[in-house]
Amino acid sequence: MPYLELKSVSKGYGSNGSRTEVLRDVNLSIEQGEFVAIVGYSGAGKTTLMSILAGLIRPDTGSVTLEGREMSGPGPDRGLVFQNYSLLPWLTVAENVRLAVDQVFPEKTEAGRAAHATEFIEMVNLAPARDKRPHELSGGMRQRVSVARTLAMNPKVLLLDEPLSALDALTRANLQDEIARIRAQQKQTVVLITNDPDEAILLADRVVPLTAGPNATLGESFIVDLPHPRDRKALNHSPRFRELRRDISEYLLRSRQDRHATVTRKLILPDIDPEDLSVPRNMLGRTRPLRSSEAREATVEVSS
Amino acid sequence: MKAFKFDWFILPLIGIAVVLLMWQISSKTWAKELPTPHKTWEASKDYVLKPFEKRGEMDQGILRFTWYSLILVAKGYAIALIIGTPIGFCLGLSKAFTKTFDPIIQVLRPVSPLAWLPLGLVLFLGAGKQASELGALFTIAICAMWPTVLNTAVGVRAIPQDYLNVAKVLKLSRWKTLTKVMIPATMPYMFTGFRLSLGIAWLVIVAAEMLTGRPGVGGFLWQEYNALLYEHIILCIITIGVVGFVLDRLMSLVESRFKTA
Repeated sequence: MPYLELKSVSKGYGSNGSRTEVLRDVNLSIEQGEFVAIVGYSGAGKTTLMSILAGLIRPDTGSVTLEGREMSGPGPDRGLVFQNYSLLPWLTVAENVRLAVDQVFPEKTEAGRAAHATEFIEMVNLAPARDKRPHELSGGMRQRVSVARTLAMNPKVLLLDEPLSALDALTRANLQDEIARIRAQQKQTVVLITNDPDEAILLADRVVPLTAGPNATLGESFIVDLPHPRDRKALNHSPRFRELRRDISEYLLRSRQDRHATVTRKLILPDIDPEDLSVPRNMLGRTRPLRSSEAREATVEVSS
Repeated sequence: MKAFKFDWFILPLIGIAVVLLMWQISSKTWAKELPTPHKTWEASKDYVLKPFEKRGEMDQGILRFTWYSLILVAKGYAIALIIGTPIGFCLGLSKAFTKTFDPIIQVLRPVSPLAWLPLGLVLFLGAGKQASELGALFTIAICAMWPTVLNTAVGVRAIPQDYLNVAKVLKLSRWKTLTKVMIPATMPYMFTGFRLSLGIAWLVIVAAEMLTGRPGVGGFLWQEYNALLYEHIILCIITIGVVGFVLDRLMSLVESRFKTA
């Protein structure tokens, strides 16, 4: 039985008139201890997918199960590292981590919780900065705090939502190595979402492409059978690495090309537009449906 | 003009000198009843140089009067904050609450303190001797409350979703979400509201004292007007202005301490 499983999950935004399906029929199963990277275009619904995994939003259809139990809301068992760090700016590094520790381990003693927090701050090499506030830290350091806060919750699954996308290339490489190191140490189940195929191949056991949205879905998995620990310099010369990178990029590009096969056509609509019942009614009485002549000109996109 | 060495000191002095000159000219030409700066100083000397002396109920040093006024302001202001902040939170948190009470707030907000005071006095008519103080407190609280209410509401609505997501992922209880995330995140907005509220409370106190005749800067001002001692009116105006300025500065100092990045 898979450890974490997504079954025919779909999610759309907007109401009847202008609804876009972001994700359609997403299936994914992850084994315990596996490191899966999901690669996709920006805007493809990566963050939506992550929010569903974390339980922050509920899918319209389908289910998310962890250890066979269906998940209905967020919780500390799925530790989410946010794309924009989301540290509380009025708390110091240590206090940010402590907030999570205090919440997840209320049964531990005060000293035990302090030691626990310190352990994870040291794991991300931030011990000297423990009493600094987030605005005094660089982007890379903030993301480390965020990682420490999440790991300190001892989550069953670590969810990384484009954790390095806001960082410069050098810091990113640095943090990638750090993630690889921490993961080797913790043997955690990890889901990484990224837009960088190299990063995905460098870190993950399996790379799953997310096709271009709307109606994005997960494609076939690419197993990364390169031995750990991986060295980024050696990797560049590995034929298997290059092959994987080519395959993944090609897959993503192809999924994008399929999307381009749409035509824009102006439709002449009847003089009365259908009334959108999902819009709340005006307090003063029923609003009349708009005549097309009163409505602004609309361009309707139709996929051929 | 290039900044010279003592410009922060000299230029304001020049400004004061210009105003004094215009005052002097006015009192000599078209406003004969207006006492000159010199006469004002002569008449006010006693009140300024012995600021804490008490010669009679309505004849006390100017800082003593200010002190009475400040105490009343502090009480009314405290009531305003204690009532206003939770209302602001409710407005920010609940759309239904906003829809229910926003129209009332928008209607009550522009009502002048002069209009509230008689109502305050009527409300506490049964309190006897306390009526004027309670009425004044009521007026200060209800007038000074609005900036706190509205700024807190804006602050609560402006809490970044990310912070709330953190609270959700950590499964913080409602109470903890409020105390650990929402209140600290709203602090900067709340303090902006607090500062504006304090300014209004200080405005209201003068009106309230004038109408009730309580000892204080405003009451003194009104009494001296009735006694035709125009010099003291000017003394009171200057005092009110300086105290208001100092209060605002103090609040913005406190405010800047709570500004989070």
